[in-house]
Amino acid sequence: MKPAPFDYVRPGSLADALAALSDDPGAKVLAGGQSLVPLLSMRLAAPSTLVDINGLPGLDGVEVTDDGVRVGALARHADVLAHDEAARVQPLLRLALSHVAHPTIRNRGTTVGSIVHADAAAEMPVVLTLLGGSVEVAGPSGTRTVPADELYVGPLESSLAHDEIATSAFFPALAPGARVAFAEIARRHGDYALVGAAALVEGGTVRVGYVSVNDVPVVVDLTGVPVEQMADAALAQLEPAGDIHATADYRAQLVRVLTERVVREATADE
Amino acid sequence: MTTKLMGTGVQRVEDQRFLRGLGRYADDVAVDASTLHCAVLRSPHAHARIVDIDVADVLDVDGVHAVWTYDDLTGPMADPLPLLIPHPALTHGRTQYALAKDEVNYMGEAIAFVVADDRYVAEDAVGRIKVTYDVLPPVVGIAAARAADRLVHDDVPGNVGARMEQNTGDVEAALAAAPHRLTLDLDVERSACMPLEGRGTVARWDPDIDRLQVWTSTQTSTGVRAVVAVKLGLDLRQVDVITPDVGGGFGVKINHPWPEELLVPLAARTLGRTVKFTEDRREHFISSAHERGQVQHIEVGFDDDGRLLALDVMFWHDHGAYTPYGLIVPIITSTQLLGPYKPDVYRVVFESLYTNTVMVTPYRGAGRPQGCYAMERTMDAIAAELGKDRTEVRATNFIQPDEFPFEQGLVFQDGRELTYDSGDYPASLEKIKALIGWDDFPAYRAEMAAQGRRVGIGLACYVEGTGVGPYEGAHVHVETSGKVKVATGLTTQGQGHATVFAQLVADELGCRFEDVEVVTGDTRRMPYAVGTFASRAAVMSGSAIHLAARKAKQKALTIAAEALEASPDDLQIVDGVVSVKGSPGSAIDLGTVAVLSNPLRYAFDEASKAATQFTVGDASKPPVAEDEEPGLEGTDFYSPERSTFASGMHAVIVETDPLTAEITVLKYAVVHDCGKLINPTIVEGQIHGGVAQGVGGALYERMVYDESGQLLNASFMDFLMPYVTEVPDGIDIDHLETPSPLNPLGIKGAGEAGVIPSAAVFASAIEDAEGLPITAMPISPSDLFHLRLAHAEETS
Amino acid sequence: MSEALLDVRLSVNGVVHDLRLPARRLLSDALRHDLGLTGTHVGCEHGVCGACTVLADGRAVRACLMFAVSAVGLELTTVEGLADGDGTLSNVQQAFVECHGLQCGFCTPGFLTTITAGLRENPHPTHEEARDMIAGNLCRCTGYQNIVKAVERAAELGSHERAEGS
Repeated sequence: MKPAPFDYVRPGSLADALAALSDDPGAKVLAGGQSLVPLLSMRLAAPSTLVDINGLPGLDGVEVTDDGVRVGALARHADVLAHDEAARVQPLLRLALSHVAHPTIRNRGTTVGSIVHADAAAEMPVVLTLLGGSVEVAGPSGTRTVPADELYVGPLESSLAHDEIATSAFFPALAPGARVAFAEIARRHGDYALVGAAALVEGGTVRVGYVSVNDVPVVVDLTGVPVEQMADAALAQLEPAGDIHATADYRAQLVRVLTERVVREATADE
Repeated sequence: MTTKLMGTGVQRVEDQRFLRGLGRYADDVAVDASTLHCAVLRSPHAHARIVDIDVADVLDVDGVHAVWTYDDLTGPMADPLPLLIPHPALTHGRTQYALAKDEVNYMGEAIAFVVADDRYVAEDAVGRIKVTYDVLPPVVGIAAARAADRLVHDDVPGNVGARMEQNTGDVEAALAAAPHRLTLDLDVERSACMPLEGRGTVARWDPDIDRLQVWTSTQTSTGVRAVVAVKLGLDLRQVDVITPDVGGGFGVKINHPWPEELLVPLAARTLGRTVKFTEDRREHFISSAHERGQVQHIEVGFDDDGRLLALDVMFWHDHGAYTPYGLIVPIITSTQLLGPYKPDVYRVVFESLYTNTVMVTPYRGAGRPQGCYAMERTMDAIAAELGKDRTEVRATNFIQPDEFPFEQGLVFQDGRELTYDSGDYPASLEKIKALIGWDDFPAYRAEMAAQGRRVGIGLACYVEGTGVGPYEGAHVHVETSGKVKVATGLTTQGQGHATVFAQLVADELGCRFEDVEVVTGDTRRMPYAVGTFASRAAVMSGSAIHLAARKAKQKALTIAAEALEASPDDLQIVDGVVSVKGSPGSAIDLGTVAVLSNPLRYAFDEASKAATQFTVGDASKPPVAEDEEPGLEGTDFYSPERSTFASGMHAVIVETDPLTAEITVLKYAVVHDCGKLINPTIVEGQIHGGVAQGVGGALYERMVYDESGQLLNASFMDFLMPYVTEVPDGIDIDHLETPSPLNPLGIKGAGEAGVIPSAAVFASAIEDAEGLPITAMPISPSDLFHLRLAHAEETS
Repeated sequence: MSEALLDVRLSVNGVVHDLRLPARRLLSDALRHDLGLTGTHVGCEHGVCGACTVLADGRAVRACLMFAVSAVGLELTTVEGLADGDGTLSNVQQAFVECHGLQCGFCTPGFLTTITAGLRENPHPTHEEARDMIAGNLCRCTGYQNIVKAVERAAELGSHERAEGS
């Protein structure tokens, strides 16, 4: 279980990093590496070049304003999780991040890396989508902002081009009076969720995002649906699948349970 | 006066090395740029004929030294690997080749072996080997094996490797005559030992002394030594096998030789270089061994009290693609199934079946968990049928304390009569009931139900034959420094042998505990040994060490008596000093005794001057007496007539979530009787670990094969070994110490007990919580959810 | 063609090492095979078991999920660096001795490093926090019971030390 050979560059500037990506169509970005390195070691992926962005300056910050939380590409999950201001402005970050793998993985893994890895079984892509966040992307022709709902195009596939680098993710602040909740059920503590659900209740709207249900991060609008009918309404828009840990029917049952759980929590009297 | 260390929780001496990162496991040996590393090409198919292997591209890879396929093997290396434990019932035993010849029978079977500068390059090279396969339809699972529409081995009809029957009477007549009868159909899936360290082997050929040294992560160094010598055509004296620290075994490392245990020495000898193979985790999943998979059919007849009048068991055991370890696992299931009970008549028939999956060899418990599951599910069913308390039905069937030795009328795994030596099952039952709060549970259940919570309680009892023969030996040597060097041949995988064996030596010899150093699994130090399995190390090597220490002590007393001009009967040895009882001034330390034990011509230091021929000895006698040998040593062997039988009971309270079907352990209790305890702290540690593995096996772990024989969860991501968050927070343990009459220390084995009743006890508790029959283990929340749906449908 | 080698400067347990390594060399392998620090163990090489856990700038990380070249500039601590210079076991190590927190010892280095970092962050964990602190590491021998005790015992030893020192 050792990676195949690759060329390695550790650029000192974003421009150099972008150039390195442009130079080699087989190049891949290495940030935290917590998802990428196992794929390399199992030889399920074999990029010809790894562009290690850990040396890029200025990308490890977590900036909090009244508008929201901007997480730099090199901010580790643990940094975001521990950030009290971030948790105050957007409480869903902490609620969800505490479910991301184990602390040791969170120490190295990056939130932005997880978002662009585009795994529907990961928490942060769903959180970004639910909150209507965005990703700041740098490419050969400049930077652009990709809204979350344009980010995920297929299983483990984002709309980022090969020669682009996500430099930050932006999570909008929780609006005054809005509420969030997060819950998930995993086989073991710290495993990928069998099903996870995040609720955002804001000005009369109720939206719920789901982890590990569809093959891309998915959010369902349940505004106006009575709580006891929400699960069925959600399932009508979802496609829970079976795998070796849970049948599709069981997953649907967890969607029912967790939908009600997070919506009730986000609408309960404080 | 030194107090006895037997029975005290002495802190482990080996921890000092481990905690500093100074443990030396197989992959830590020969860490040197000149060491060569190996990788193995493994079959991607469960069943295929090998049409062609093309290695032409491999030798072009920079850093590759050699590649072997079957065609490169000669002599005994080209024969199938040994069938270690033949048995008359194993009519169709088959073993694999070190490298596949013509056909592969499981995904993961070794096909080619590459040696390179490092593992990275070796893996690159493996990726360049081109194999042409003719893929065959595989046999996956017991149902497919029984159906026998396809065969794993063309020359094994029905996929049946063995069919074996034992009975104690006319079970059909007894069943017919029984007032009540029940039938159960049960299932247990595969799991695996899954030590944190996989397999690993290092070999070095020394041309200067014409000798091979092998370090291997094994549970039997003497076994590996013998087979390496045979396969490589070497004399036994040319092969040393040294067991380094072993990062867990749990059974999988008793099987031997693994292909790499032969190929690494072969490569080392051929290339004249130190060669290392370190198995990675994926390889461990697909090319080591699994266990547990069985399907069981039980018919039982009983009276109004639930007394077993007839027990008729048929089971089908999935042994995977090959049978290197013979029938040990199903024989143990079939015999240990009876547990603490005494049915009037028992018949057991099993078929051991081939499938195109990883082979099955013992995993901690070795067939006992399945037997316990069959028996205890039956007990629960009887209790349910009669409306009786589950503990009452069990108590009715217990062998009573005054019935020992108790003959079950069967032949055990060691070929000896299945005769229980001692035990006290009624006392254990009382203890476990008290520990778990059995009698208070109905009130607790009602209290929880009032909160909308669903709980259940379960109980399971087992008897475990431990300390199987044939023998172990020990060598105890007091050096002139007073340090005591102890060697026993079996190996250590975390059991704390360096501590517990030192306790025994300190107690018997009278030396200081700190002065004892124990070496295990090194054939240079003790070439006669069997191995570490079947909860046998404490019983076998413990007894041998005790006896060897006694011999050394007798010798020390004889020599000291002469030096002190006293009678040996008047001497004592305390803290390494031999003295005349009641006159402490008249004393000599063991180191000096050691000096005197070895008459010298040449002095090498101040102390040894005392042993030269002009200073000691009676000139009228030979310096070494006729019936004596030089040196303060003792060697002895322990070989019992049969196994000793430990026992115990587990109980658990679980909560099941009415909506998500998640299963939570609220309380876990263990009563354990392994005779006299050497080190209670270590015994409890063994129980903790067994229980955790049991929780894994009951609630989390399974080997998921698809129809094509691909193992779908060959990683720690998807094979769900419990973290701390999945095991009970606290395990309540109580001991009973019923001594074994079979060995000088009164001890019984303890290593496997913690895992034996797990499937049974969880099935019992979940069934109790849910009110629906649990017949297949392990059980996941998804499984339980579907059982509920099916049950609701059936009962609506 | 030979694989390109890179200059890699690693700082481990306060000692700087200059190595020439291929880019793909995992940090776990560099520590073990290139530096001979074999106390860091490799149990799965996919980041799940935690046996290879080391400290990077004081934070617990999986050495099998990093390349050695990526560890340049980080101060690494392995199990070999936990005891004092004079050989005295750290509080965490001492607690493992006292609580019988290890059996085969293979997973142990990863637990020791993880707990060392964990107790620095949270010197007085509750029982639940003590369990959480080790929740990302696999042990197949101990059933974790005595490891949890060791976390609590190490916390106790730690506060004693501080009490004496103040």
